[in-house]
Amino acid sequence: MGGKLLEVHNVYKVFPGVTALADVDFALERGEIHGLMGENGAGKSTLIKVITGVYQKDAGTIVLDGQEIHPTSPLHAEALGISTVYQEVNLLTNLSVAENLAIGRQPTGTVGIDWKTMNRRAVGILEKFDIDIDVTELLGNYSIAIQQMVAIARALELDSKLLILDEPTSSLNADEVEKLFKQMRRLKEQGHAIIFVTHFLDQVFEITDRITVLRNGKYVGEYATPSMTKLDLVSKLMGKSLDDLKNFDSISNHVETGDDANLIDVKGMEKTNYMNPFDLKVRKGDIVGLAGLLGSGRTEITNLLFGTQKPEGGELHIKGKRVNLNSPRKAIAHHLALSPEDRKQEGIISGLSVRENIVLALQVKKGWLHNISIRKQTELAEKYIGMLSIKTSGVNQPIETLSGGNQQKVILARWLATNPELLIVDEPTRGIDVGAKMEIQRLLVELSKQGMGIVFVSSEIEEVVRCSNRVYILQNRNIVGELLGEEISEQEIMVRIAAKGDRKV
Amino acid sequence: MKGRQIPRIAWPLFALGLILLFNLMFTDSFFAITIKDGHLFGSLIDILRRSAPTLIMAVAMTYVIATGGIDISVGSVLAISGSIASLVVWGGNTQYLTSAGSQYYAPMLSIILIPLVASILLGAFNGVMVSFIGLQPFIATLILMTAGRGLAQLLTGGKVLNFRHAGFEFVGRGYLFGLPFPFLLALGVIVLGTAITRLTPMGLYIQAVGGNRSASNFSGVNTRLVLLFVYIFSGFAAGLSGLVMTSDITGADAGFMGLYMELDAILAVVIGGTPMEGGKYNVGGTVIGVLIIQTLTTTILTKGIPTEYTLLVKAIVVVVVLIIQSNKMREVMGKRQGKMMVKGGSAI
Repeated sequence: MGGKLLEVHNVYKVFPGVTALADVDFALERGEIHGLMGENGAGKSTLIKVITGVYQKDAGTIVLDGQEIHPTSPLHAEALGISTVYQEVNLLTNLSVAENLAIGRQPTGTVGIDWKTMNRRAVGILEKFDIDIDVTELLGNYSIAIQQMVAIARALELDSKLLILDEPTSSLNADEVEKLFKQMRRLKEQGHAIIFVTHFLDQVFEITDRITVLRNGKYVGEYATPSMTKLDLVSKLMGKSLDDLKNFDSISNHVETGDDANLIDVKGMEKTNYMNPFDLKVRKGDIVGLAGLLGSGRTEITNLLFGTQKPEGGELHIKGKRVNLNSPRKAIAHHLALSPEDRKQEGIISGLSVRENIVLALQVKKGWLHNISIRKQTELAEKYIGMLSIKTSGVNQPIETLSGGNQQKVILARWLATNPELLIVDEPTRGIDVGAKMEIQRLLVELSKQGMGIVFVSSEIEEVVRCSNRVYILQNRNIVGELLGEEISEQEIMVRIAAKGDRKV
Repeated sequence: MKGRQIPRIAWPLFALGLILLFNLMFTDSFFAITIKDGHLFGSLIDILRRSAPTLIMAVAMTYVIATGGIDISVGSVLAISGSIASLVVWGGNTQYLTSAGSQYYAPMLSIILIPLVASILLGAFNGVMVSFIGLQPFIATLILMTAGRGLAQLLTGGKVLNFRHAGFEFVGRGYLFGLPFPFLLALGVIVLGTAITRLTPMGLYIQAVGGNRSASNFSGVNTRLVLLFVYIFSGFAAGLSGLVMTSDITGADAGFMGLYMELDAILAVVIGGTPMEGGKYNVGGTVIGVLIIQTLTTTILTKGIPTEYTLLVKAIVVVVVLIIQSNKMREVMGKRQGKMMVKGGSAI
């Protein structure tokens, strides 16, 4: 045991207009779990893709087990002993769980595939994760979390020298994460090495031995995990001093504006089998947090407010006037904005440039007869790229080539450009790194101080607590409580979410 | 620093250049243009004239494909439009068919407008099927592709409607400013399409719908209206093509007019660099695509190559063009650029 398993030296990867990796080093010992961290656009994914052969490096060397390798495809990398689990499940949802686990090495009997053995093996593999499901069911019939676990189980079964887990935990709950960690520790004891990419600080400190930090495509350093504090790591990731971070926590305390008029006032809005009747108020300068578990009705409320789902009952008053919003177009005309939860499906428009993605909603608001000229579009895009520090090679870069956090900022820019009075943001910081998260939180607080009303949905309670001056608690598609000012704390929210039968509506 | 990528249109232009170069070397007087009776004559002019019907269709098809859709009904709509035009010329009476020369002189406006309005309605039918009913564009337009040709044959009673009509014949055979009138019509369609997509946000919305329809909805884009528009425009263009063709051959053959023309139009769009999955479009590329197809056809004919080979030669050229501009090839070219940048030590 011991000794380097993987050494990456002076690796470069250049895309047209962007240098994704510049002179990056990375070293992995046998039998260690190594965290790879960095903000969005730092180059983590690119480095992983270079190691797994999705991209070919432009310069530098990769040495595995003392031999220089040139992986040309993920399959090639797998043959070399490198297996990978990506953030997005890439198994075949139209096959059964057992088939997915056995792809490429199906047991054969006298005639064709030995289904019994295959299914029995699959059950055995999943038992290690305490997953008790019908392995003959189609994979696509299970939740993303289960699918993710199957993907991980499959990668672990490949018995490779090197396992790469690229943000595998973003769709797992605490229990499932614990099971994954147990398996990771088992592999480590057997001498396997694991590269673990994640945004969750707690998880990095819990499971890794060492951490490599990248920033802006460059190598920042390699650190032994026990020698670091969370603050150390965050400052390395962001390239900012610790004072900046402390500063942030203090600006988040919301100041009452004194303007008590309601910006929007919702009474008894509902939709059958979608959301039970709820009341909700947002004043100018409010940041109203919606806290609840997944499926508790957070996203449902945002869609009903914005007209992407048509309410079947209830009243909506905007600045005292009763309105009926049954389409996003109408909502935009009434100065509402919604940055939706599912960035990929409902947010970014791939194929369009950063500029076009930013101007889209404003163009809708201006109408068919007021075409925004390319010059104006460019000015506008440049303004928001600067304001939100969006990392892009230019206004005309296709949005799909940006990192997740920068895509999120573009979506925010799209809505800020419409100059909304009420901004609804649904999970604006999901899947993005600490630095960008804080920037977005700070931005929301700043906007609210300028008088914008904000509805803030996040599954990270800490974030809701930090930013909101009013929090609605959701359970089972009901608003079950409301916390104001000083009452808002993580403990209080957790207790309320967990409480049973505590219906106040 | 901006990425110095070769623009997509460069490859089709290169291919067109090669075909023209071939003709420069091996075809006598291919580039000769003479003036007779104030009209321009020559192989090149002939190419412009013959490419017009496909060009008109292909330009509109570009927008349909940019939304991620496809319109395979255009050939049938063309036949319907042509059949209606012939009927109008005959005053709706198919009994005159055998007699030479028409006693009835239909007003020009009705010969033009009635078929165009019908085509627009057919386009609207496609649009409603796709945007409101939510059918797959291929299936939605397949309905009209098959049913439409049947309808055209019903209209003409299964006969070939020939006619003489000096005014209407100008549409497909006339010259204006020395140029073939059909080509000017095609230019008009290009200008109209460009005006609508550039002077209004339609161009942006078409790309947005093609890129991500759901996200476009969330951003407030009236995606149904956008889809409705591109299919209506496509129907209109197919109808106009039908007028040009009918006028040119002074008759309507409902069974064969415009047969497989949708394929040429789609091919031209793809050769021109507009991706089938939508989200982007390149009208200039489509124009080049049509010219490639037509120049190739004309070259084959003038070289006296047996017509049996026409389709084969066409297919080979098309395959080569498509391979050259495929993503794989672009990747290889891009990689070379990337390597040079690093070695040059000027990595941004």
